[in-house]
Amino acid sequence: MNVKKSLWLIWLLFSIVVASFYLYTIFAAEDKTALLIGETTHGHHQIELSCISCHTDAFGAGPVLQDACTNCHQEELDAVDDSHPKKKFTNPRNADLLKKIDATKCVACHTEHKKDITNPMGLTVPQDVCVHCHIEVGENRPSHKDLGFETCATAGCHNYHDNKSLYEDFLVKHSGGVWLNEMGKIPLANAASTFAKKPGKTLVQMSQSMRELNSSMVAANPAPHGDWLASAHAKAEVNCVDCHTKEVGNAAVSVPAQWQEKPSMEVCQSCHTAEFKGFTEGKHGMRLSPKLAEKLAPMTPGQIQPSSHLAFASESKHKELTCNSCHSAHSYDTQTAAVDSCVGCHADQHTASFADSPHGSLWQKFQQGELAEAAAVTCATCHLPKVKVRKGRDGEPDVYRVEHNQNLNLRPNEKMLRSVCLACHNLEFSIDALADSELIKKNFAGKPSKHIESIDWAMKRQ
Amino acid sequence: MKKQALTIVALASLVAVAACNEKETTSAPAAPTGIKPSLFTDSLFAVMNADRANYTKLIVQRLGPNGANVIKPDEYWKDIENGALLPAQMFRAGSEAVAEVTDEFTYSLQSLWPIGKQNGPKTELEKTGLQYIVDNPGKNYYGEEKLGDVTYYTAVYADVAVSQACVTCHNEHKDTPKTDFKIGDVMGGVVIRVPL
Repeated sequence: MNVKKSLWLIWLLFSIVVASFYLYTIFAAEDKTALLIGETTHGHHQIELSCISCHTDAFGAGPVLQDACTNCHQEELDAVDDSHPKKKFTNPRNADLLKKIDATKCVACHTEHKKDITNPMGLTVPQDVCVHCHIEVGENRPSHKDLGFETCATAGCHNYHDNKSLYEDFLVKHSGGVWLNEMGKIPLANAASTFAKKPGKTLVQMSQSMRELNSSMVAANPAPHGDWLASAHAKAEVNCVDCHTKEVGNAAVSVPAQWQEKPSMEVCQSCHTAEFKGFTEGKHGMRLSPKLAEKLAPMTPGQIQPSSHLAFASESKHKELTCNSCHSAHSYDTQTAAVDSCVGCHADQHTASFADSPHGSLWQKFQQGELAEAAAVTCATCHLPKVKVRKGRDGEPDVYRVEHNQNLNLRPNEKMLRSVCLACHNLEFSIDALADSELIKKNFAGKPSKHIESIDWAMKRQ
Repeated sequence: MKKQALTIVALASLVAVAACNEKETTSAPAAPTGIKPSLFTDSLFAVMNADRANYTKLIVQRLGPNGANVIKPDEYWKDIENGALLPAQMFRAGSEAVAEVTDEFTYSLQSLWPIGKQNGPKTELEKTGLQYIVDNPGKNYYGEEKLGDVTYYTAVYADVAVSQACVTCHNEHKDTPKTDFKIGDVMGGVVIRVPL
């Protein structure tokens, strides 16, 4: 065999090996790290190896990727009355603007796998991107004349998508007031308890065999039964067999009853639908989202990017995050879930400062019986806020549930203004506090060091 | 027997007529397909204008503060209990909803005196058309323009103040560039575009 033939043979073998490696990685391997074309943003990091969740088709990159974005994010954009929805740009009169930046596509501003050029909020365009369409703003707003366009979305004044707490009339309506209002007005979650309030309402009518099974399990497991007795489940007459024998997807209890030692999350979901939905839309549960193209294992804190600003307790890094991670089984103590569960994993400065912060002291006073729960502030008060489901009927109080997507009001943090801060503080203080990153690290121990002038400017125009 | 013969004659006549018709159709010059762009846009505007006037008079005036006072038309209607869209917002909501289902035509509400600056004239045809409908009451403006890589048939129709609420709100809004509108004035224009 001459040299030329040998070289051809080597080339052929090399090509086969390379092709085999990538074909195996694409179609068979669990670890698809070799296919990554660059580190993803922290928003998608947890699912970056589930390529097909975004790249649902090998062809038609633009529309396919746009559909992938809207599949997970459109509902939230609609809910916040997106200031720049696609439909505002499709009129042909905007053709010249779209040539500069195609605002009908999410990737125009949020390109993935470009870690080196990714700014906060996953933005991969320069921070003065607003200039393309709003260059004349200084003519109509003298206060804006000498402002740099890089400050539009970074100075606590505007967001591209969610301006529900920042638009001019809202600023005017909520101007004035004192920095701390009368406390005790934080809503309490009561959505689940509405089940229990209905006379004669139980989730499942137990058959005789189920009653016998339930009784035998209670006798054999006194400790879990003790926890359960003090729980909201007990008050709502949700018995052992209701979770431990539930046939998911079917309201009826399976017959004959099959005891499930560790009920799946789907069992929780079957009653707590909105809570599960929120959980799987945030970073805690996004790997379990039914919107993903494949089922992934629950997230562990150890999976979070080293470059993330978040820090975790070393002993928590291998803990899987499911419903029971924060709500321990049987007791389902929401007060534990509101602080202790968070502090058990999160070890950043903001979390570590909670106990000695003004918010933390309110929580401690509540625990000591010195303060009403509606005046106590926990981690969950801000990060898993209570949202109104509906107005109370026939004199009943309004119905609130806990939003379990803890990222929902953090992208960016001005989203907290409405859902959280204004329950106790005035708007001016709240905007200033959320714009002060050092104050946030101290968990709001102190006063804001900077002042955002948006309310002042809005009032001058009245 | 006689009845059968009559049936056969009738069928034969029908076939003959059909054949003649077919012959006439095939021998005649090809009839123009579709409708005139101006008739298309005029028809669209008729529907838009009727819906807009009806919403203003039958909903906002009847149920708003000047009527039963059970709804509150407001620019920020989502933040108000029983809030309702202003007529201009209702019109825009329709335009955006249409844009989500078709790109065969688009429409928008614009003005030489816009409250939202993005609703001012942008293209040359918009500038000419909006001025034309102000200078020529009762007339529409039609033209063609190239936007991006597409040529559009563009029609501009006058948007006239039909109620005191329109006039008062526009005259008193802090961002209005014009404060002396009267009922019957052209306040802006509806711009309809059809890609050619």
